[in-house]
Amino acid sequence: MTAPTNQDLIDFVVHETRLIDQHRFEEWLDLFAEDGRYWMPLEWGQTDPRLTTSLMYEDKLLLKIRVERLKGNRTFSQKPKSRCHHVLQTPQVDKRDEAGNEYVTWTPMHYIETRLDRQDLYAAWATHTLCMIDGKLRIKLKRVDIVNSDAAFGNIQLFM
Amino acid sequence: MAKYRGNSEAVRSLIRETEVHRDVYIDQEVFELEMEHLFANSWIYVGHDSQVPNKGDYFGTDVGRQPVLMVRHTDDTVHVLYNRCPHKGTRITSETYGNAGKFFRCPYHAWSFKTDGSLLAIPLRKGYENTGLEASHAAKGMAPIKHVRNYRGFVFAKLNDAGPGFEEFFGDSLSSFDNMIDRSPAGRLEVAGGVLRYMHDCNWKMLVENQTDTCHPMVAHESSAGTAIEVWKKAPPGAKKPMAVEIYAPFMAPYEFFEGMGIRVWPNGHGHTGVHHSIHSDYSAVPGYFEQMVTAYGEQRAKAILDENRHNTVYFPNIMIKGPIQLVRVFKPLAANKTLVESWTFRLVGAPDMLLERTLMYNRLINAPTSVVGHDDLEMYERAQEGLRVDANQWVNVQRLYDPSEVADTTAVTNGTTEWQMRNQFRAWSKFMTMTM
Repeated sequence: MTAPTNQDLIDFVVHETRLIDQHRFEEWLDLFAEDGRYWMPLEWGQTDPRLTTSLMYEDKLLLKIRVERLKGNRTFSQKPKSRCHHVLQTPQVDKRDEAGNEYVTWTPMHYIETRLDRQDLYAAWATHTLCMIDGKLRIKLKRVDIVNSDAAFGNIQLFM
Repeated sequence: MAKYRGNSEAVRSLIRETEVHRDVYIDQEVFELEMEHLFANSWIYVGHDSQVPNKGDYFGTDVGRQPVLMVRHTDDTVHVLYNRCPHKGTRITSETYGNAGKFFRCPYHAWSFKTDGSLLAIPLRKGYENTGLEASHAAKGMAPIKHVRNYRGFVFAKLNDAGPGFEEFFGDSLSSFDNMIDRSPAGRLEVAGGVLRYMHDCNWKMLVENQTDTCHPMVAHESSAGTAIEVWKKAPPGAKKPMAVEIYAPFMAPYEFFEGMGIRVWPNGHGHTGVHHSIHSDYSAVPGYFEQMVTAYGEQRAKAILDENRHNTVYFPNIMIKGPIQLVRVFKPLAANKTLVESWTFRLVGAPDMLLERTLMYNRLINAPTSVVGHDDLEMYERAQEGLRVDANQWVNVQRLYDPSEVADTTAVTNGTTEWQMRNQFRAWSKFMTMTM
């Protein structure tokens, strides 16, 4: 199996957020490994997703429910639909473990979500833990640490 | 010109037997009066004493819109102080949690106060000799709230001398707190997991009413819970139903389920859904927990505690608890059209971690700003806040299963889809709003 180059890892992260911004959510879901997770901690420097509350800690089933819900005819909080926009710094490769098939990138970003006349701006760091499955990069864990994760937010309906 | 201030008749006229005027939700003057009267004459939840385990520990929050500190004094009792230096008004602490040591020290001029709020020392005190400081407001220190009650760890405060005492105010409704606490083999809860904070652009009362609104889940949550059921249907046959699906699915239960669960109302605006069963009745057993409960309480009592599956208990005016989930939601009023919802979770001391794990999953899936169920609800509240601007109809209907013989301040068990509990809240609202006008 050919190991991904650093540029492959960077391209993957950039492509992943593009799929979100373009509402290509089903393609986006396919980027996750079957046991992949999306984690948005509640606490600064949080280490435990199980006995400490998170904003999101979702397996592929829960993510699938979100994606299906966004399309639903009776999903009134998406009438009209939200839109979103990511600005990424260049992802940095923090770890390359070819033997263990694990690659970690770190990406500071700004995320904007809008609906009707409202626009919310979030600053966050995304940490991707990736692996190669059948010759393709897949997400084992996407961790999004919002800078002020413990602040009171209104609705966050899409994906950072 | 003031429409409601000093006019208790005008305030009372906002509440009719089966409808309430929109001004209770959208009028800022009514909101100000709620803060001055309703939130001062009734017992307001402050926090849990496990948040301040050691002497000198404090927790900062608000009672109504009053900034306060809940603090563990040197004699181990819990006090609630206004978070203001008596000198220039400076807020003494800004962190949510901290330890003051033996005394609070104002960061501005170093006035210091014992942890019961009394004035300890002033630098260069001789500057106040013969000035009559003893008689000033400043000499009283950080003013304590006089009426504070710690009920099995849950701390409440009443700002005014007016209004009923703690037992009279809550009466039999405390049975819901008892059941939540008794679910711990040690009879004790601890705040755990972290608090979810969710900002709502709507009036606080919409949230409180929603807690016993049993005709909305299968409609408003079709998008989330309904989708969860549909997605789960495609799971491979024989797959074990995940905890998350167990949590989502009952929101789609039919009307008959909610009618049959029953609603109980108590005096002073308290009440609960889930008298006979609830959406929390059919969760999978957690290994080892029942055995721990039997050891602690004996089999009969353990069963009685765990057979109680109350759904949402509203403690008027602004909290809701879920006994089977160990969750307290606080609806903090910020303005007529702004409410901060805090969802607090608790560990059952002595019980398996898996219970806390389920509690936190529930909180994350249902009460977070990222929760799809939360999105469904907030959309309805915000649409109501908008829709109430319509002048052609200025009344909100709370008539479902109304019976003209219905009386205020009584205890009753009735059909689970009644809006009696909403009427109960508004009767209490009228009473506590006007008792000091």
